[in-house]
Amino acid sequence: MNLNMHSVESLVAQIQGLSGNIGELTQLRSYLKHCDDLLRTESTRLAPLLTELDPSVHSLGYLYILEACTSAPLSKDQANELVLSIARFINVCAAEQIRLAPEKFISICKRFKEQVVLLDDPMRGVAPLLTSIRKLQSSTEQLTTLHPDFMLLCLLSKCYKIGLSVLEDDVFEIDQPRDLFLYCYYGGMICIGQKQFRKALELLHNVVTAPMPIISAIAVEAYKKYILVSLIHLGQFATSFPKYTSSAAQRNLKNFSQSYLDLVNNYSIGKVSEVEKCVQINKDTFESDNNLGLVKQVVSSMYKRNIQRLTQTYLTLSLQDIANTVQLNSPKEAEMHVLQMIQEGDIYATINQKDGMVRFLEDPEQYKTCEMIERLDLSIQRIMMLSKKLTTMNEVMSCDPSYLGKVGRERQRFDYDDFDTVHSKFNI
Amino acid sequence: MEAEDDAAGAIIGDEEIYANGRDETDSQRHRPIISGEQLDIEAYAALYTGRTKTTRLLFIADKCGAPSMELEALRMAYDEIKKGENTQLFREVVGKINGRLGPNYGLDNAWADAVDRRAELRKEKLENELNAYRTNLIKESIRMGYNDFGDFYYAHGQLGEAFKNYVRTRDYCTTSKHIIHMCLNAILLSIEMGQFTHVTSYVGKAEQTADGLDPVTVAKLRCAAGLSHLEGKKYKLAARKFLEVGPELGNNYTEVISPQDVATYGSLCALASFDRSELKSKVIDNTNFRNFLELVPEIRELINDFHTSHYASCLEYLGNLKTNLLLDIHLHDHVETLYEQIRSKALIQYTLPFVSVDLNMMANAFNTSVTGLEKELEALITNDQIQARIDSHNKILYARHADQRNGTFQRVLQTGNEFDRELRAMLLRANLIKHDYNLKAARKH
Repeated sequence: MNLNMHSVESLVAQIQGLSGNIGELTQLRSYLKHCDDLLRTESTRLAPLLTELDPSVHSLGYLYILEACTSAPLSKDQANELVLSIARFINVCAAEQIRLAPEKFISICKRFKEQVVLLDDPMRGVAPLLTSIRKLQSSTEQLTTLHPDFMLLCLLSKCYKIGLSVLEDDVFEIDQPRDLFLYCYYGGMICIGQKQFRKALELLHNVVTAPMPIISAIAVEAYKKYILVSLIHLGQFATSFPKYTSSAAQRNLKNFSQSYLDLVNNYSIGKVSEVEKCVQINKDTFESDNNLGLVKQVVSSMYKRNIQRLTQTYLTLSLQDIANTVQLNSPKEAEMHVLQMIQEGDIYATINQKDGMVRFLEDPEQYKTCEMIERLDLSIQRIMMLSKKLTTMNEVMSCDPSYLGKVGRERQRFDYDDFDTVHSKFNI
Repeated sequence: MEAEDDAAGAIIGDEEIYANGRDETDSQRHRPIISGEQLDIEAYAALYTGRTKTTRLLFIADKCGAPSMELEALRMAYDEIKKGENTQLFREVVGKINGRLGPNYGLDNAWADAVDRRAELRKEKLENELNAYRTNLIKESIRMGYNDFGDFYYAHGQLGEAFKNYVRTRDYCTTSKHIIHMCLNAILLSIEMGQFTHVTSYVGKAEQTADGLDPVTVAKLRCAAGLSHLEGKKYKLAARKFLEVGPELGNNYTEVISPQDVATYGSLCALASFDRSELKSKVIDNTNFRNFLELVPEIRELINDFHTSHYASCLEYLGNLKTNLLLDIHLHDHVETLYEQIRSKALIQYTLPFVSVDLNMMANAFNTSVTGLEKELEALITNDQIQARIDSHNKILYARHADQRNGTFQRVLQTGNEFDRELRAMLLRANLIKHDYNLKAARKH
């Protein structure tokens, strides 16, 4: 069917006319949905239409047309132009309008990301995607499909700090579980890059223990990194899964990470030479998983742990003794390690170079400062907020008809007192 | 006023620091008396009767490592076995002697065959008697018949059969005396066989009999219980049992244990496992146990040394006694552990009253080197048995008491963080499950 000028103009007119308020926009949306096939077939001819529309005012219409335009395969120069136009659109579009057609918006953003990666310039995509996330989210607690793409671009372009700022938001609502896994995995990698191992551990833990009927490659890779980060940050790894981990994960994850579990066993013995031997044996596996850098960090963390253990037993110790106990080669190396640990704040000590002695000090934190009180206060507020959230969720759940129906059906199985509150009309 | 102060100051200035555990004036009294001379095998063997005498002698022969002692022990074992009827053990001993004691101690086949023949006849006789009693259904006779069988098998070294027969008498016991008799036999066999779980259960059974037990039996049962706890490495319980044994035991249980053993086992286990107050009340002030301690003066001395903090001499006594204790059949496997525990306790007790301890003085008190002592202390500190830290530069040990307030704050902040993290993860998971559930529900409709 040919798109004659008449219907094109009417399309433009409709868009221009119905972009006033929310009622008109819903009307526009249904109209555009009807025209969707039309737009698709005539995608190559739609480019000039865009010039007649103002993206900030007619965002919904612009979105549809733009999406139809960009769905066709492109050459390299066209790609560059496409990237520019989409970036422009994202920056100026009206958030409420695009939220009416989220799938379209997501689709052009994904296209955008693909092109940026193809052009080998991921940094161009970082800022626009950040804007697109903020516009698409209904609240900062929502995880959109674009989050993992954004994380990926941050990783590729090494813009870790921006990635971290997005990771600061707590996420509670999710569209697709797969998004969460990817988001947490990439997020974990960003945190590792920034040496924020505590947050990395948290994110990777979420992937590993998330409910999943079957395991995915993301979970397997996340588990491997989880083991390594756990060794670096905590100095140990608990091979038993928490109770809430899915049974699929509990049964299968370990089968894919045998070399990592060997590393854990050697680490817990405490001899650096053993760990290094294990690394040598499994070098290829680690390399093919791109984890060799992390593994090297695991080995150096062993020295740290051993020195930390010494602070519990000794008040002063000679550098020679430290080198001997921790299996370092010379007092000079021991001094280097201790110096680094003091700088990073892992231990509190002073080095007396004249005597070659290290004096270990107690943690000077007295918990008496205003900052500490503020920290406590903040912590309390957060926990109160979270508890409130939990109670609300519980209340909503207990009013949910499907929940009540299930409880009513299962009433016979449970103790009478537990579910007395459910009305009898919910029996079967 | 000022003159007095000066005088007081002068006196304080003249005092010296005394090392703990080393009082020069008392050095004469606490010089070790016994230097752990080589075990007098005859005297040792004379303490026991019955099968245990032979097994102990054989054990000594196995473990002593000195050929003269070994031969002495084997010779005595040979003589002992010849007095009995155990031909299998006889052959074993002859094998071990291997002709080294001359022609008188060779394989006397004539004797062995004669004994075996006698045994066959006796066995037949016993069987016939037992069958007769069984047809007559006289409980008392049947019981005695099984008992005789048990005795017979025991004398011939077939311990499993003997045990079975003794236990079979249980159905035919009519008085509590019978029950106690059966229990004691079962206990004896179990100890010989090394099955100490049976020992505990039969001791329990015997103690539950309604009629009062006479003191000798009570003492016997307590010894048996103590032995089974010792084997089970429950040193505290073993010590308590041995310490409760009354002096009525005397020489009534020499087929299992001698009073010297009760003293030794009880004291060592107590030293290794009791705390200071329990040691004082249950061992040192225990009048009953004193009778036993008199039989082993070295052990009495070392307990007193430990209590009065003369650790060097205490550990010296222990070192001297070690070789002989390793030859004891029940204590052999536990000597190392007990010694380690006693030594650790000594170290911990030494450091307990002080804020700072000079490691040089402590090394002198324990007769060891400073580096060795440092290693031992490091192990104890890592295991949280001593709360202190070592100043390796000046070789001083400083007591360290954890600051409760800081510790509490730290724990609070940590708990808060954990709670935060767990709760957020939980809400996330709940949302995931809800999403999944909604998806499934949507598909269904």
